[in-house]
Amino acid sequence: MATIEHNGKTYEVDEDGFLLKGDEWDENWVDYVKTVEGISEITDEHQKVIDALQEYYKKNGIAPMVRILSKTTGFPLKRIYELFPSGPGKGACKMAGLPKPTGCV
Amino acid sequence: MAVVKVDKLARSVVEGPSLMTGSIPTKPWMEMPVKFKPGNYAYPAKPDILQYLDSQQGLSFPNAHEWNPEDDDWHLPENWKEIIIKGLADRLDRFRSLKIFMDCCVRCGACADKCHFFLGTGDPKNMPVLRAELLRSVYRNDFTLAGKLLGKMAGARPMTAGVLKEWFMYAYQCTECRRCSVFCPYGIDTAEITMMLRELLLMVGLGINWAMGPVTNSNRTGNHMGLTPQAFKGNVDFLCEDIENLTGVKVNPTFNRKGAEILFITPSADVFAEPGIFTCMGYLLLFEYLGLDYTWSTYASEGGNFGLFTTNELMKKLNGKMYAEAKRLGVKWILGGECGHMWRVVHQYMNTMTGPPDFLEVPKSPITGTVFENAKGTKMVHISEFTADLIKHGKLKLDKSRNSHVKATWHDSCNPARAMGLLEEPRYILDHVVDQWWEMPENTIREKTFCCGSGTALNTDEIMELRMRSGLPRANAVRYVHDKHGVNTLACVCAIDRATLTTLMNYWVPEVTVAGLSELVGNALVIEGEQRQELDEGLRTLV
Repeated sequence: MATIEHNGKTYEVDEDGFLLKGDEWDENWVDYVKTVEGISEITDEHQKVIDALQEYYKKNGIAPMVRILSKTTGFPLKRIYELFPSGPGKGACKMAGLPKPTGCV
Repeated sequence: MAVVKVDKLARSVVEGPSLMTGSIPTKPWMEMPVKFKPGNYAYPAKPDILQYLDSQQGLSFPNAHEWNPEDDDWHLPENWKEIIIKGLADRLDRFRSLKIFMDCCVRCGACADKCHFFLGTGDPKNMPVLRAELLRSVYRNDFTLAGKLLGKMAGARPMTAGVLKEWFMYAYQCTECRRCSVFCPYGIDTAEITMMLRELLLMVGLGINWAMGPVTNSNRTGNHMGLTPQAFKGNVDFLCEDIENLTGVKVNPTFNRKGAEILFITPSADVFAEPGIFTCMGYLLLFEYLGLDYTWSTYASEGGNFGLFTTNELMKKLNGKMYAEAKRLGVKWILGGECGHMWRVVHQYMNTMTGPPDFLEVPKSPITGTVFENAKGTKMVHISEFTADLIKHGKLKLDKSRNSHVKATWHDSCNPARAMGLLEEPRYILDHVVDQWWEMPENTIREKTFCCGSGTALNTDEIMELRMRSGLPRANAVRYVHDKHGVNTLACVCAIDRATLTTLMNYWVPEVTVAGLSELVGNALVIEGEQRQELDEGLRTLV
């Protein structure tokens, strides 16, 4: 089992560094993902994407379709990629503590 | 996992020392152990996933444990050899095909250079004949007189941890595409050999997460993506909104509706990710246009069946839910979407595994009256068969100019092409929805089509270089028609294709995008009362 330690707290993660236990998510985790994703500062826009992802996940048990994320946040797809250079499925979901999507994707 | 630069990889494939480029191995293959390193294996299945599946009725996934392919010790159960040999004996007994495939190869080598994994990696163990020998050598050792008496001289070798590791490496460098089988004079089905290798590995707790994750999702929520019923319906509804914005057409699909004439089942990626969602918009528009009496199901919400890539029992269970739902809803027949391997399961295994589904009727198009006699056994019709029939009867008003942005070529998705013979219908549809399209070279299409390189749950990112290597033969053929005719769209009928060919094209032929056939149909469809915006890119136009 891989683990990541950041500021004294330990998280269980999968091979790609996604949280294995969603309830371990906290602000400290966001701070950690920020560094590995090469994001200089968490802005309100980042926060809005994280909140939208978490809210949808809580209701539906899965990450939203990218277009739904774009609609609920009001950010065009391009802006989401600017905010999260590795993309909504990787960077944003990782930061929000959601699991990686699988299947024919 | 970062992938090497495209020119470096291309050079490595054609110039690097390998059997494919004429370099002769220095040692016999049995003396060349496999070496696992980051990038050449897919991540192991997580123990909790296997434990969950093991707890399910009718399924057995024992010996779940933590392990790392790069470690010497894979933490196998103490009696692992006994488990494997017993498992093989059991399968030789149950599957007559396996026994024949173990006995009848004459090592003529016709298959050797037909495999996209061999062409892309040059690794001798990726020649289908040698992939099968990995299992045959053990079969000979324990199950044939010659092997028992003569051992290595008869091509036999005992089961060891090294052999098991070799199985894991090469059972997951085969996409069960069956191109090699087309060229085999005996018709040996390498896919079935790979399936057996994967089953045996799973008996000792060895699997890959990208296969086991989706099947677990499918067992629990009805689909590979893990879309809950409300998320599934929410996504389809969202696509309907998009359609209305783009075309002015209001689409009203129903879900889990008892008494509908037809149950529609497609891969769940079609309602989740690009470019599959555009294909889905195509289906929705077509069904609205026809006023089709059909329903979606949030229970049988997956056409794909990753069970095919794991075990026979799991495949059977996941296939069964489509028919169970058809029975529960009381539909007459099932219409299937653009999925690849679903059609292998439906055409070649379903009837003896789940069926015959006598509670359904022989499919009959309510629009044209055509009876699909070919689907008498399965009661399931492919969307391309259904659409081609509509066009043939003049039931669709199509405007090709709406696809003027498309210069297409046709990728025969492996399973629809080789496992159900779907060769003409998609071409007939293409003829009617785009102005011009071009065939790739003759030895790369129809029955001889080249795989996307990422099927059978190998569409995971950590093996990206392998995927780009094994996909190169397909990409190379696309490059040819791109350079010659300016092709910019690779059309296909498979969800794995739509996702993985997109990645493959981005890498090798970035000028080409990937589209599902029903997307192109949806683009061209002229609907009464519509108010289409200027859609430069059809249904994928961002407005």
